[in-house]
Amino acid sequence: MKLLARIHVTLKPAVNDPQGLAIAGGLHQLGFSGVEGVRAGRYLEVCLEATDRGAAERAVTEMCQRLLVNPVIERYRFELAEPAEVDR
Amino acid sequence: MKAAVVVFPGSNCEADTAHVIGDVLQEPVEYVWYATAGREALAAYDCVILPGGFAYGDYLRVGAIAAIAPVMEGVRAHAERGGLVLGICNGFQVLLESGLLPGAILRNASLEFRSQWVHLRVEDDRTPFTRRYREGQVLKMPIAHGDGNYFAEPQTLAELEGAGQVVFRYCDAAGRVTPAANPNGSAANIAGIRNRRGNVLGMMPHPERCSEPLLGGVDGLGLWQSVVAALVQV
Repeated sequence: MKLLARIHVTLKPAVNDPQGLAIAGGLHQLGFSGVEGVRAGRYLEVCLEATDRGAAERAVTEMCQRLLVNPVIERYRFELAEPAEVDR
Repeated sequence: MKAAVVVFPGSNCEADTAHVIGDVLQEPVEYVWYATAGREALAAYDCVILPGGFAYGDYLRVGAIAAIAPVMEGVRAHAERGGLVLGICNGFQVLLESGLLPGAILRNASLEFRSQWVHLRVEDDRTPFTRRYREGQVLKMPIAHGDGNYFAEPQTLAELEGAGQVVFRYCDAAGRVTPAANPNGSAANIAGIRNRRGNVLGMMPHPERCSEPLLGGVDGLGLWQSVVAALVQV
């Protein structure tokens, strides 16, 4: 089956995020005084062919661990979707 | 000393590095293409250098895709057999991503690309890369990076400090390690670290850009001379 993994990579809470700070500063500049903090991250879509959802989940987890995420500074979560659901 | 300068797609300091080794030091040097595979790919060399640049356009994370390039199997094997490995700037980032050195690199705290001269304090003059310097010596070297903000978990930092693995720290001209002398926000003003064994060094500053008077400084020369001296002694 063809699946789409939507992967969200974010910096660990302990890691300082200068980009997020700059973005928060920009939002304050625009008058969004309620903004308490911004964390910048990365969003990836991986389209893959797998025998079933379990196999896809295992493959995406391994992709994250071996390349897509640096565990020293980042953490991740992902969801799997059928491409048809995503297109709608 | 026979040196290999690894070339990734997007490396841009390989010629400067090879020029210093080949023309200034008059030592044999060859380029090794990133696609060169196998554990023995670098067995013929004494020192392997991962040069500066923007390997794979810095896509995903700086150094991340280069860290899984075919040549890295040979780099890893070279380090395991005790061969010297030096990562400069982007090369340092690749060593961190490959796990050959601990920690990670973040975007500069200022969010600015910093291209400037900095002062470095030599924290360890017993490595094969620094024996021509003396501990506490202040060096002047250029940096040129947008991502040089060294990060490690507190426990990793404590281990690095405890084992004396911090080799260079950003400092002022008088050798004082201050926040103002830190160009990128690096933890503990760290500019360069080594592995436990001492045969792998990664650093953000560019010694290859300050090894001839014409370039405005010669403080990098001691690093290359150290490597040659270390290998003669072996």
